[in-house]
Amino acid sequence: MNWISNYVRPRINSLFSRREMPENLWSKCDGCGTMLFHRELTENLNVCTNCGHHMGITPRKRFAALFDGGVFSEVKVPTPIADPLHFRDQKRYPDRLKAAQRSTAEKEAMLVAEGEIGRTPIVAAAQDFSFMGGSMGMYVGNAIIAAAERAVTLGRPLVLFSAAGGARMQEGILSLMQMPRTTVAIEMLKEANLPYIVVLTHPTTGGVTASYAMLGDVHIAEPNALICFAGPRVIEQTIREKLPEGFQRAEYLLDHGMLDRVTDRRALRDELVSILRMLLKEPPPVKGDLPKPDLPETVVAPAGDAAAPAETPQPAEQEADATSGKDPKA
Amino acid sequence: MTNYLDFEKPLAEIEGKAEELRAMARASEGMDVEDEAGALDRKAADMLRDLYKDLTPWRKCQVARHPQRPHCRDYIEALFKEYTPLAGDRNFADDHAVMGGLARLDGRPVMVIGHEKGNDTKSRIERNFGMARPEGYRKAIRLMEMADKFDLPVITLVDTPGAYPGKGAEERGQSEAIARSTEKCLQIGVPLVSVIIGEGGSGGAVAFATANRVAMLEHSVYSVISPEGCASILWKDSEKMREAAEALRLTAQDLAKLGVADRIIKEPLGGAQRDREAAIASVGAALGDMLKELDGKSAKALVKDRRQKYLDLGQKGLAA
Repeated sequence: MNWISNYVRPRINSLFSRREMPENLWSKCDGCGTMLFHRELTENLNVCTNCGHHMGITPRKRFAALFDGGVFSEVKVPTPIADPLHFRDQKRYPDRLKAAQRSTAEKEAMLVAEGEIGRTPIVAAAQDFSFMGGSMGMYVGNAIIAAAERAVTLGRPLVLFSAAGGARMQEGILSLMQMPRTTVAIEMLKEANLPYIVVLTHPTTGGVTASYAMLGDVHIAEPNALICFAGPRVIEQTIREKLPEGFQRAEYLLDHGMLDRVTDRRALRDELVSILRMLLKEPPPVKGDLPKPDLPETVVAPAGDAAAPAETPQPAEQEADATSGKDPKA
Repeated sequence: MTNYLDFEKPLAEIEGKAEELRAMARASEGMDVEDEAGALDRKAADMLRDLYKDLTPWRKCQVARHPQRPHCRDYIEALFKEYTPLAGDRNFADDHAVMGGLARLDGRPVMVIGHEKGNDTKSRIERNFGMARPEGYRKAIRLMEMADKFDLPVITLVDTPGAYPGKGAEERGQSEAIARSTEKCLQIGVPLVSVIIGEGGSGGAVAFATANRVAMLEHSVYSVISPEGCASILWKDSEKMREAAEALRLTAQDLAKLGVADRIIKEPLGGAQRDREAAIASVGAALGDMLKELDGKSAKALVKDRRQKYLDLGQKGLAA
C-alpha cells in the first residue's frame, strides 16, 4: 500500500466516473425538457413525471414491467433469408442491419414472449422502434406469425405493441408482402376465437397500420402516439395546407372512431389484464403486487396451460434488475 | 398522336421525320418519298426493339405510368360483357378511383374491381389519379362479400400510385380500410385473380392484389414505395429515383423470381400503349387461363391455398 494506490488512483477513478455520471443518470424529457432521474424514469416506464410525455421504451423493458415478476420466455422466431434483394442505397442493407444490431443489442425489430400478466397467460409481441425504425420486414412478419401460432397452440390471447415507421424498404416487395402475411396470422387467432389486442404506440405508420395494427379486437393507443397511414409531411405536400393541431395523434383517432381507448402506459397493464380476463370469462384479477403466494381461485389454467413454455423462464435482463421485485406500475 | 417518354426521344425524331416526309409528299404531287420514309420506318422499328429489349427499372416505371396505356376502364369495356357498375360503400360515399361491378367474362358472371386513373384532365381529377380513399376499399370489400355470397369469381385490376394521402382519407380510416380489404381478400371462398396492369403502388395495391393468382403485365411495376419516395428517404434526394428503382427490384421479371407474380403477360413491342387492343387481348387470355386453373377447387381449398401462398413467400431471394 502506498501513496499512489491509496490516494492517487481513487482520485483519478472518481474523476472519470464523475464525468460519466450525468449522462447516465439524467435524461431530458422530449416533451417538456425537464431533467428526469433515471430511476424515476424507469419506474415510470419512460413516461415523464412532469408532463406525462410517453418516451420510447424497448420491448425488453416493456416486457419486464408487463409480465408478472418481470418473468417471460422468448418465443423463437424463424430467421428469414438475409438481404434477399442485395439492396444497396448509400449503405449496404446488411451493414445497416449490423449497425442496428450493435446499437440495440437485439437481433431484429420485434420481440415475442410468453408469460403471465396478472396471472393471465398470454403471448405478447412488441415492435422495437429503436431498431431501424421498427420497420416491418420478413423478420417482423415471421415474428407475428410465430406469435399467432404460439398463441393458437397454447390457447392464449395475443397482445401486440406496434411501433414502426412502416415497411422496410430494403426488403422491397417482400416487406410489402408482410401485410398479407401478418393478416393471415391474425386470421389464425380469429378462427381460434382468441382475443387479439393491439396497443398502438408512437409512432405506428404506413403498412404496419394498414395491416395487423388495425385488425385487433380491441385497439388501445398510448397518449399522443402518431398513428397514420400516410405521414403528416406527405399529406401537407399533397394537399398543400397546414394540418390541424393534434392531427393523426391518438386522441384524434379516438375522436374519429379508429380506437377503443387511449391509455397511459402506467395504467396499461391493469387495463389489459382486466379486458383480457373479461374476454376469457375469467374471474376478476388480483390487485396489487405480483407474484403472490398461491391463490387457487384466481389461478385458472386455460386449455393450453399444461404445455410448459418451450424455454425456461428467464429474468428479463440485467438493466431491469432495478425494477424487478418492485411493483412495475409504481 | 403518341406521347413519347423521355428515353424515346431519338425514336420520336425518326418517326417525326418519316411523318414529315410523307406530309410533304402529300402536299406536292409526283414526289416519291416512300423509299426514304420506309428506311426511316425500319430504323425506327429497330430502335424501338432495342429500346424495349432491356428496359431499366426506372424506364419500366415510366412505361407503367404512360398516360396512353390501357386503364381499368378500357379492359372492362373490351373484355367484359354486361358490365354493371355497383357504387358506394353504404357508409359515406362512392369513390371514383375504384371501379367495380358485375360483369360477364366469356359468358361467366364475375365480380370485377379495379383502380381507374382516368385518361384526360377531367377524368383524372374525377378518378383522383387512381388513388383510392377509404370508401374505395370499403366498396371493394362490399363487392367481394357479395361475390363470396353468390359464388362468383373476383377479378381485380390493379393500377394505382398508392392510396390517397389526404386529410379526410386519414380521418375516415385509410389504414383500417386497407387492412380490412386485404383481410377480405384472404377470407373469400371464391377464386380471386389479380392483374397488375400498370402501377402496383404499395398498400393501396396489396388491398386488391392478395389473390390466388397474380399476373403482371411485362412492363408493369409493383413496389413497397415509389422510387421517388424511396430516393428521398434513403438517398435524401428524390432525383435518385433511377438508383432507387434499380434497388427496389420492382419489375415484373424480378417479382416473378421472388414468387410474388405468378405469371408475366407479354406486352406488344414498345409497351401496351403502342397496341392497346393486343395488350387487352393478352390480359383477357391470361384471366381465362388463371380462372381455369382454379376451377373445381372448393371454397376451403381456395382460402387455404391463398393463405399458404403468402405464408410461403420470402423463401427465395434474388441471385446476386
